[in-house]
Amino acid sequence: MAPIIVFGPLLASAFAGLLGNHVGHRTAQIVTTFFVLLSFVLSVITFFDVTYGGNAQTIHLATWMSVGAFDVSWAIKLDSLSAVMLVVVTSVSSLVHIYSWGYMEHDPHRARFFSYLSLFTFAMLSLVTADNFLQLFFGWEGVGLASYLLIGFWYKKKSANDAAIKAFVTNRVGDFGFALGIMAIFHVFGSVSFDDVFAAVPEHTDAVLAFAGMELNAIELIAFLLFIGAMGKSAQFFLHVWLPDAMEGPTPVSALIHAATMVTAGVFLVCRAFPIFENAEAASAFVTVIGASTALFAATVGVAQNDIKRVVAYSTCSQLGYMFFAAGLGLYGAAMFHLFTHAFFKALLFLGSGAVIHGVHDEQDMRKMGGLYKMMPMTWLMMLIGTVALTGVGFSFGALGLLPWDLGFAGFFSKDAIIEGAFMAGREGVFFGIPAFWIGCVAALLTSFYSWRLIFMTFHGKYRGPKDVYDHAHDPKFAMAMPLVVLAVGAVLAGGLFKSDFIGENAGHFWHDAVPAASHGPAVAGDHAVADSQVDDHAIADDHATETSHDAPPSQVVADTHAVVDDHAEEAEGDHGGGHHPPTWVLLSPFIATLIGFAMAIWFYLVNEGMGARIAARGGPLHSFLYNKWYVDEIYHFVFVRGAKALGDLFWKIGDVKLIDGLGPNGVAGTTLAAARRLAKGQSGFLYHYAFVMLIGVLGFTLWILIGQGGL
Amino acid sequence: MFGEFEAFLSILTFVPALGALVIAIFRFTARSEDQGLIDRNSRWVAWLATMVTLGMSILLLANFDAEATGFQFVHEVTWLEQIGLGYRMGVDGLSVLFVVLTAFLMPLCIMASGAIKNRVADYMIAFLLLETLVIGVFCALDLVLFYIFFEGGLIPMFLIIGVWGGQNRVYAAFKFFLYTLLGSVLMLVAMIVMFLQAGTTDITVLLETDFARNAQMWMWLAFFASFAVKMPMWPVHTWLPDAHVQAPTAGSVILAGVLLKLGGYGFLRFSLPMFPEASAYFAPMVFVLSIIAIIYTSLVAFRQTDIKKLIAYSSVAHMGFVTMGLFAMNETGVQGAIFQMISHGVISGALFLCVGVIYDRMHTREIAFYGGLVHKMPVFAAIFGLFAMANVGLPGTSGFVGEIMTMVGAFQVNWWIATGAATGVILSAVYMLTVYRDVVFGEITNPKLETITDINRMEWLIFIPLIIGTLVLGLFSTLITDVTATAVDHLISNYDAALAASAQ
Repeated sequence: MAPIIVFGPLLASAFAGLLGNHVGHRTAQIVTTFFVLLSFVLSVITFFDVTYGGNAQTIHLATWMSVGAFDVSWAIKLDSLSAVMLVVVTSVSSLVHIYSWGYMEHDPHRARFFSYLSLFTFAMLSLVTADNFLQLFFGWEGVGLASYLLIGFWYKKKSANDAAIKAFVTNRVGDFGFALGIMAIFHVFGSVSFDDVFAAVPEHTDAVLAFAGMELNAIELIAFLLFIGAMGKSAQFFLHVWLPDAMEGPTPVSALIHAATMVTAGVFLVCRAFPIFENAEAASAFVTVIGASTALFAATVGVAQNDIKRVVAYSTCSQLGYMFFAAGLGLYGAAMFHLFTHAFFKALLFLGSGAVIHGVHDEQDMRKMGGLYKMMPMTWLMMLIGTVALTGVGFSFGALGLLPWDLGFAGFFSKDAIIEGAFMAGREGVFFGIPAFWIGCVAALLTSFYSWRLIFMTFHGKYRGPKDVYDHAHDPKFAMAMPLVVLAVGAVLAGGLFKSDFIGENAGHFWHDAVPAASHGPAVAGDHAVADSQVDDHAIADDHATETSHDAPPSQVVADTHAVVDDHAEEAEGDHGGGHHPPTWVLLSPFIATLIGFAMAIWFYLVNEGMGARIAARGGPLHSFLYNKWYVDEIYHFVFVRGAKALGDLFWKIGDVKLIDGLGPNGVAGTTLAAARRLAKGQSGFLYHYAFVMLIGVLGFTLWILIGQGGL
Repeated sequence: MFGEFEAFLSILTFVPALGALVIAIFRFTARSEDQGLIDRNSRWVAWLATMVTLGMSILLLANFDAEATGFQFVHEVTWLEQIGLGYRMGVDGLSVLFVVLTAFLMPLCIMASGAIKNRVADYMIAFLLLETLVIGVFCALDLVLFYIFFEGGLIPMFLIIGVWGGQNRVYAAFKFFLYTLLGSVLMLVAMIVMFLQAGTTDITVLLETDFARNAQMWMWLAFFASFAVKMPMWPVHTWLPDAHVQAPTAGSVILAGVLLKLGGYGFLRFSLPMFPEASAYFAPMVFVLSIIAIIYTSLVAFRQTDIKKLIAYSSVAHMGFVTMGLFAMNETGVQGAIFQMISHGVISGALFLCVGVIYDRMHTREIAFYGGLVHKMPVFAAIFGLFAMANVGLPGTSGFVGEIMTMVGAFQVNWWIATGAATGVILSAVYMLTVYRDVVFGEITNPKLETITDINRMEWLIFIPLIIGTLVLGLFSTLITDVTATAVDHLISNYDAALAASAQ
């Protein structure tokens, strides 16, 4: 069954790609969609089997590389983590395939498009089901390839081609770190398989990699390098530049790749490699800082963008930042939970934007929209659901004891869990926890602002574009509308339904040991070494170290994620959680932030319609700074693109042509030529010199041989 | 099966030469008005000869015992017994795959030579002789024999560039000659020294000989001069772009696919096993040169305006991974280096064939001339895209396996080396995707391209084996590494033992 999940889309992709022109677009669409749907159905079955059934397994398929200890398999690893990802990937992919029937209806290259979509799905599935770092890397680069192909799908457009290259190369910068991380893993652990490496992490916490007098902690270095890879794929600050440009691709692609699945691969990687990150205090702190910075940075930029897709793209970037700072703080379950819910509402927002763009003749500039809710009420409703899910509308009735349960949309459960978790982690001494909490709140405010700004600018107020476009604006047809509805259901329910499984009382049963059920991070206690030794003690002394964990102080229970196995995880969690509920003001903070953002958006874009445009027109330095995305692209262009060109020219025209050729062959040629001319003149002096040089040469040669024979 | 049949390897080696002889007889006996007939027949004879060689090389591989150390299929004929000179041929795990690679690429080269219209018979003779000489290099077990094959191979290559090459072929041939001469003379001297010290030219004996540390140093440097030029390593690489640009398509394929591997093979056969102390001593220098090659030539490749030159520079960068892996002298490094050589043989060969496809149609290699080919040549675009990605080292293609293995090997030695090499992974994406965009994507702006046609059936036939090779090796790399494993283990354990002995 598992091989069908993974390889079905590959077969479909090959079919559509190779035979698409012969069998026709329709057949190609049917075949690819069928196989992805099949994958989805089987994934759901697998999901229940693995998570609730506890039937985690690894299927070995073949050997990829085997050189001495460097042994890499092709395998399908099914555990709770990969099962969650399987469902996310195949569900969104299926919906995007269906949506594309409508969206790409008039494109002459539909077969190719569906082939790429299925290829992407295959690569993503092989990524999440990898049982070793190298296969993960295979999927990682595979999705990069699919992303490159899909961003550049409309290859006539120069901007699309440039965006595709930018995406691939920026990802390669991340992959540079990832690849080095894999090498370091092999160097330290002698294996690249997850099971071997993770089991051996506790023994290697003191391992060092030495160079030129520097001694770097190997685990820290590995975690850091892996995260560089994650930064590239998940568009974190410094390596985020490709994501907004990736919006050049068709909109279904943005929904599938640049919102729901591929960009979350980095988060998946960090969660998958949590045993490494748990033991890497500094690297985890780095993850937190970068994640929080991105959450804030991207949200600020999102506020000033006018392209509807770019707003959503920066929003994605920002939400990924949330996931990362959660993971950095050790809240792996919460990170995965947000990944899960985000997939639904962000795909919804993207596909909804696609419906808008489709409805108004490929217009993407929100300044030329407005008042569209009358013409496309269904799209409006869907976007509204996506927005309330993203901004995290909901209220902690349960936690405050007002109702037996909390009520809210998906983002409420997952995002608030991260923000509150950050506060709790910070209070327990995890680095950057409290700042992350505050940044999370501010970013939530901005998220609310730009999301409502999008809604208001697009659907409310006065229409600002050409009249005939408005008159023909329409809701999408069934193929495009159906996926929106399904995703909207997910955006409403995914949070509430799965909270207890992902981060609540049932987490131990749900995750087994795929990620730590207790959501706490590295070095919760100030003294890292003590916590580590406690882990060792537990692991060695008591395989079922469940009872002891009750007595242990919280920090040690927390670090003791391996030892606390499924059956008793909830007890440990419950025990630990008691008396550790976040204060009420913390629970309310994200809610208040969201409200403020909402109110501001109303003020700027409904009450004082046009005020935003006036601010933009005045073009103050802050607006320019945000509108121009902090000038990161300009700086990169200057440093890297121009730098590489200048260096390339330098090496080529000076290095190769002037120096090497000039002194080497051409120089010799010149000298020989000059010599030949003089020789032709028959100058006896030269002949003498020439003979002399030859004599010296022969002497030296003979001498050398004699010395050589003597063995020196 | 062939245990009894001693001459198998020699026959394999000389089948192409026999083909050349047949063509020569045709050519000189036929009347001149039968030119068309001669041309046609010589193509057929050449193709048959290379196919027979390919078949025999597959038989060779099938009967090769990958578990055994030492040489197999050994064929020995005494020549000058007094001085230990003889005709000795044989293969081991280090060399057998190069024989197969050569035999694999040759028929494709013959098929890709349809655009050659003048002196076809001579051209085919040159190619067949080249094949014999190159296979001979990989099989020779005697210094003198090795030297003859090694240097002899230059002559047909010279002719191929010089007679059937582009406009600036004389300069290219001259440069090639100058560089190679420098290396060859020094290598010859070192070989004479080896003979004087060991009293034999038998490579199997020389492999067991312990040379004094100082002698090792000098001989290593002398061999290095020759192999570094062949690889080519930075800074003696500047002959390669010129040679590639001037060579006809098939010449480029063989140059990149096989001739560049002679240097790497030389390191494996001579420098590393015979001069272990010197190899260890000079390894840091090799690492530095490899890293420079990877970064420097990748950046230079980025700025090229001629597609062939770009791919040539990219070859230099990829060979940097080979030298890095070889001198890491651990299992992953050396295995990865061999893999990288085989893989590069397939990928760069394919890339030069891709250039050949459009060159044959438009007679220019200027990147700026092209653009928007995908509209007229979708199949070509897909094939070129696949090999561009393979060149970038996308996992799933053979390019990735070689790069990652060599880097893993280098990382064991010093992680800064691997870090330097890994930057090449970024840079290769930069130049390869840029050239792909400029040639294949965008609108057709040049009206001359309106009539360009997609690849024909013959070109399909040429590309299919290369596509299969790249993907199969990329997905199941043990097909290569299982063949080389024993020999590499043997090489490394001897090397380590020699170093341990000298340390005492």
